[in-house]
Amino acid sequence: MAKLKIALYWAASCGGCEIATLAIHEKILKLAEVADIVFWPVGLDFKYADVEKMADKSVDVCLFNGAIRNEENEHMAKLLRAKSKIMIAYGSCAYEGCIPGLSNFYNRQMTMDRAYIETPSTDNPKKILPQTKFKVPEGELELPELYDTVKTLGQTVDVDYIVPGCPPEERTTWLALEALISGKLPPKGTVISHAVKAVCDECPRKKEEKKIKKFYRAYEKVPEPERCLLEQGFLCYGVATRGGCGALCPQANMRCTGCYGPVEGVIDQGAHFLSALSSIIDSNDPEEIQRIVDEIPDPAGTFYRYSLPDSLLRRAIVK
Amino acid sequence: MKRITIDPITRLEGHGKITIFLNEDGSVANTYLQIPELRGFEKFSEGRIAEDMPQITQRICGVCPEAHHMAGTKALDDLFHVEPTSTAKKLRELLYSSFYVTDHTTHFYILAGPDFVMGPDASPAERNILGVIGKVGLELGGAVINTRKQNHWIIQTVGGRPIHPCFGLPGGVSRAINEEERAKIEEIAKGSVEFAKLTLKVFDDVVLKNKAYLDMILSDTFTLKSYNMGLVDKNNKVNFYDGKVRVVGPDGKELCKYAPREYLEHIAERVEPWTYLKFPYLKKVGWKGFVDGKDSGVYRATPLSRLNAADGMATPLAQAEYEKMYSTLGGKPVNYTLATHWARLIELLYAAERLLELSRDPEITSPNIRNIPTAKPDEGVGIVEAPRGTLTHHYITDEKGVIKKCNLIVGTTNNYAPLFMSVRKAAADLIKPGVKITEGLLNRIEMAWRPYDPCMSCATHALPGQLPLEVTIYDAQGNEVKKLSRGI
Repeated sequence: MAKLKIALYWAASCGGCEIATLAIHEKILKLAEVADIVFWPVGLDFKYADVEKMADKSVDVCLFNGAIRNEENEHMAKLLRAKSKIMIAYGSCAYEGCIPGLSNFYNRQMTMDRAYIETPSTDNPKKILPQTKFKVPEGELELPELYDTVKTLGQTVDVDYIVPGCPPEERTTWLALEALISGKLPPKGTVISHAVKAVCDECPRKKEEKKIKKFYRAYEKVPEPERCLLEQGFLCYGVATRGGCGALCPQANMRCTGCYGPVEGVIDQGAHFLSALSSIIDSNDPEEIQRIVDEIPDPAGTFYRYSLPDSLLRRAIVK
Repeated sequence: MKRITIDPITRLEGHGKITIFLNEDGSVANTYLQIPELRGFEKFSEGRIAEDMPQITQRICGVCPEAHHMAGTKALDDLFHVEPTSTAKKLRELLYSSFYVTDHTTHFYILAGPDFVMGPDASPAERNILGVIGKVGLELGGAVINTRKQNHWIIQTVGGRPIHPCFGLPGGVSRAINEEERAKIEEIAKGSVEFAKLTLKVFDDVVLKNKAYLDMILSDTFTLKSYNMGLVDKNNKVNFYDGKVRVVGPDGKELCKYAPREYLEHIAERVEPWTYLKFPYLKKVGWKGFVDGKDSGVYRATPLSRLNAADGMATPLAQAEYEKMYSTLGGKPVNYTLATHWARLIELLYAAERLLELSRDPEITSPNIRNIPTAKPDEGVGIVEAPRGTLTHHYITDEKGVIKKCNLIVGTTNNYAPLFMSVRKAAADLIKPGVKITEGLLNRIEMAWRPYDPCMSCATHALPGQLPLEVTIYDAQGNEVKKLSRGI
């Protein structure tokens, strides 16, 4: 059997997905037996021009991580889509925009002003901003244009599969690679993870009755070691988050923050969590309910921590 | 005018672009190093809840999330006016030491090592980690993989997750470790100390005993006389997790020593219109352009500058290596950029020794890991030494602990000006009229840059391996006259 041809690429990302790909450790040797990596800017010596020369659909699989937020990201997404039979959104940035997607609460101008003018360490009395084209004495220098809105890979090109997580855990990565190697591919659009249900299903914490009178911030009290964090009033996002990670954060006594995205069948993770919350508040008094909910600062940034660009909201309207 | 573009740069952890402009005679007119990305964390952190900042800001960089997590957590201690318990501080430093072991190992064997072990002129097909393993032996290759894997286990065990840990809280950490875990950490630490010693021996055998390499290290092309920055403990010894920031001049004299809260008195950042990254400099010395020397506020925050800024190492084996380096290279400070690789290995040994010390600390398994803050949050600054430079996080919140303002001066950003200057100097020295521009020559230019271990995902708030390199030369009319590529 011919070896699989795999391409890996990163767009607007932190590099954690690259480290996660390497985190399959010794299994990487097994991968090398059955697959050739034909493009991987971080790990190997190939050029953009080489990708352009490839025939359409000559790459079997592209694992694409990172969101789309400038011209270069978009160009590479379209190019790799054309060259690849299967396009995978690998990791939360490509899947749903992730934490950099929180930029969609603001716009490009506000982001630039903060970085280059307002920050207290910045010394920029002439209010110089980076330019996409700038003439220096020797010639002209160019920079890619930063977009106003962070987009997901799926909003840019057709995506076949999704590997969730910030970053995907080792076992999730391997699950996807095994499916590719064996050729036993799930239906198009599948989110590849060990779970279709919530993180709670794999969390060892004891769940009893969820009735909440008060929400607590992580710094306000030490959680009881074995009881469900949400039942204790911590805004644990496990109920609205797809499992597969192994519930690592709750086992380290920290709330789930939602990085594996929505559970199967849910479009908007934030709305799902909100509806879950409203059903566990222990009150029938509208005023009391309002008071309890008001204790949650930054609901939008908390409920859409990883999914703002892919949510029904997409972005804030900035005046 | 001719133009050479190196885009993107190989074995750089992130995106970057070098453009070299040539005069008609083939000499270098000027060089630019551009960073093509901005990620905007300083803006979109506004409105978020403060206690989540260690987890939010670590998404600046998946290569060194532990550094952001730690700087953010320390900023929270300050913001909430709470002192962490003694065990919490030790657990944080233990995780951080383990992180340094993995990070410095990755850099030496995968990013920098190939240049020295295989030689700068080796074919790109050999000049990589596989070539290194082939030359130094499979056994050492296995040790590299094993050291990284075991230390990642420590990071997951202590920090909650293998990448992007979640354990930092104002006043402490979220999880204690038990005796069984401690014993395993101690075993891994012992192995890491041996691995670091072995790595220094490899460096000694391959690099220091090779006169050609030693001459290259000592050459003017790879020398830059800048200020040196690094975090030091109360005895002025190198510390990664805590202490004051000390700055020492190219002449070895202390310029200043500041606490995190004082950083704005000492550091300012300059904006240039041709790049998304800012150029920090020493405020009291001032910005004099891209020049080195005592009158220029350009500073470096690298393994070498940390050793230059300190009076020594806090652990015995690393201290012995520290003394050896300075006696070999002619005393302090060392301004030879390529010696940064050596300094990094001395830090690797220190990190492993410190990990071992902490794993044996009687307090390390104590369940007393958190102090609950009682004061209202307002403003906090946290500084740690990230592998790629001094990392500063500064948050201002309302009384509910919601971020109003956030300022970040990130590892590689500190080194942007010197990095640019080192590349420019190497290009000007190596590209001469009549000299053929070969792949090896271009790799030497990149060698001026690799000691900084630049991480542009980190610097742009915006990895390991080898990025593609393409060099295109244009004539004065903008016509392509030559194209050079590396690899396929």
